[in-house]
Amino acid sequence: MIIPIEYYLILSAFMFIVGVTGVLIRRNAIIVFMSIELMLNSANLTLVAFSSYMGNSVGQLFVFFVMTVAAAEAAVGLAVIIAMFRNKMTMNIDEINILKW
Amino acid sequence: MTIELILFIIFSAIAAVSSILMITRSNPVISALFLILNFASLAGLYLLLNAQFIAVAQVIVYAGAIMVLFLFVIMLLKPEREKLFAAHPRVKTFALIIAVLVFIQLVYMIFLSDPSSSLNPVAAESVKAGTIEQIGRELYTNYVLPFEAAGFLLLAATIGALVLAKKKFD
Repeated sequence: MIIPIEYYLILSAFMFIVGVTGVLIRRNAIIVFMSIELMLNSANLTLVAFSSYMGNSVGQLFVFFVMTVAAAEAAVGLAVIIAMFRNKMTMNIDEINILKW
Repeated sequence: MTIELILFIIFSAIAAVSSILMITRSNPVISALFLILNFASLAGLYLLLNAQFIAVAQVIVYAGAIMVLFLFVIMLLKPEREKLFAAHPRVKTFALIIAVLVFIQLVYMIFLSDPSSSLNPVAAESVKAGTIEQIGRELYTNYVLPFEAAGFLLLAATIGALVLAKKKFD
């Protein structure tokens, strides 16, 4: 407990920003999904850091629920990517634009 | 320099570098492997924070199950290499500028709010909060309804993934 909590928060902010940049600059749908996982993990790091420094386990319960949602999101998202690939034979999100007006 | 600080520096350096390498590799398989390295170093950080259960769940659920699913899909589909920084150079410059601005803003807010002045961590309480006993007790008493909802969400996601990835509907 000698490390200031700011260090963990700055690392978490950095990882979140890297995830945002990945979503914005990459065009491969799977890498966009992996960047979203990175952002979820940086939020988890903040939750665990505060939970540990406050001596309260509710933050870690929230991390448990975030993991559940991440697993569900990964399963459905990858199924959508497979269905898209079957129709268009591409993973480039610039070419998957049928919902774009 | 205590051992705690040294371990923190090692794990956080691995996490930061592997996250940057993850978004800059053109081969998606290598990206996924760097993301696994990032998750493993995060599990180390969770152990430093006395969160034993979350550290183990991070390795089993994230680095194990979810990333294996990602690797399966990458291998199943054609892993095409994309040309980095070739298409849309203006969008990428814009994205980098936005990222740097938001990072500066976040760091400013972290130091402005100064969370360590209002927290007085006790190591014994922190160890107790991270045990599987404490988490299980909270999960099955106060948070049993969200727990059931999470189970229902997983069921819905399983059915949804089956329906979406099916070839044609009967």
